[in-house]
Amino acid sequence: MTAMARITSSVYTSHVPAIGVAMDLGKTEEPYWRPLFAGYEPSRRWMAENTPDVVFLVYNDHANAFSLDLIPTFAIGCAEHFQPADEGWGPRPVPVVKGHPELASHIAQSVIQDDFDLTIANKMDVDHGLTVPLSLMFGQPQQWPCAVIPFAVNVVQYPVPSGRRCLALGRAIRKAVESFDQPLKVQIWGTGGMSHQLQGARAGLINKDFDNAFLDRLIADPEAASQIPHIDYVREAGSEGIELVMWLIARGAMDDVPPKLVHRFYHVPASNTAVGHLILENP
Amino acid sequence: MALDKPYLDVPGTTIFDAEQSRLGYHLNQFCMSLMKAENRARFKADEKAYLDEWPMSEDQKQAVLDRDLNRCISLGGNIYFLAKIGATDGRTFQQMAGSMTGMSEQEYRDMMMAGGRHIDGNRRLGEDGDAQPHRQPQGRK
Repeated sequence: MTAMARITSSVYTSHVPAIGVAMDLGKTEEPYWRPLFAGYEPSRRWMAENTPDVVFLVYNDHANAFSLDLIPTFAIGCAEHFQPADEGWGPRPVPVVKGHPELASHIAQSVIQDDFDLTIANKMDVDHGLTVPLSLMFGQPQQWPCAVIPFAVNVVQYPVPSGRRCLALGRAIRKAVESFDQPLKVQIWGTGGMSHQLQGARAGLINKDFDNAFLDRLIADPEAASQIPHIDYVREAGSEGIELVMWLIARGAMDDVPPKLVHRFYHVPASNTAVGHLILENP
Repeated sequence: MALDKPYLDVPGTTIFDAEQSRLGYHLNQFCMSLMKAENRARFKADEKAYLDEWPMSEDQKQAVLDRDLNRCISLGGNIYFLAKIGATDGRTFQQMAGSMTGMSEQEYRDMMMAGGRHIDGNRRLGEDGDAQPHRQPQGRK
């Protein structure tokens, strides 16, 4: 029997652009940043021992690959390569992202047949939403150590997909990966959040209680976490805190048994944002 | 049936929904154009002339000239698009976010270092948190 691909673990992290800037400018040892990067040291050690063949990376584009001309709710990157975007400050000095077109197209076909209407992107630049998590987990290598399938979710124009829909999509992605007949180790990452608001008189909002309750629920009871309505994210975690729905896609792709909690970290602030981070392994 | 918009009572917050997006289409697309270096140069050389190339309202153009991000947002702008103006001006996200509160850059930075803005009093209009309309602008000055 052919060995199939499988999802070994999931990683969750905020993707604050200032974190990328701090790394690119060599500021990680400054007092402001040191506690944040210290929180990712165990993650890099774990990653060195558990480097996957492919990362399926759920993130959102921030008006870089997608303008208002086209707003796909779910877009899967099926290309060979993805260039780091110039977001207006110049492209980040990070390696080109190598895709996995074979697995990506397989997932697209399977998931669309399971009633999730994905947009297929064969040309797409990737912004800090994707590259900052890679930098946090892998540091600053010459090449990323594995292939990456970018999966962009619209969380910019409201309404974003519901938590319920995201969890179910994660399950469909799991099914798709498990039916791919190459013995690939796949990790799924959910990125964005945690509480933050970048606009208006309420800019700078942080809600530690909400964030930590979300982490608890995501680990132990993803079904309950998926029932959180949009308005709760907006009201409690800030207008940009709604990015957290993306974590539910990664969580839904995990096995239906309690995961092993490898690492949990929470830190305030990174620029305007509360940073949350989890690593969960399938048993 | 009218659409349900339960987010209209969140103080100091504008949700970028389909209606705002329609209102701000040209404003946001103008912002996207600033991702190209040659457009940034043309915009900087003559901001008004560059804005006049876009079918934006005069209010929207004035809000951009004034760098009044709150006004831009009320006229359909979205922060991720407006960030391109900030990039053109050499400003960070934190400077842009802080500018919408009335606080000085240092005051905003200090608030974040102290754990950020509290949620208490800032969930619904009518409460007494620091993001409520009757407490604007924030900051000492």
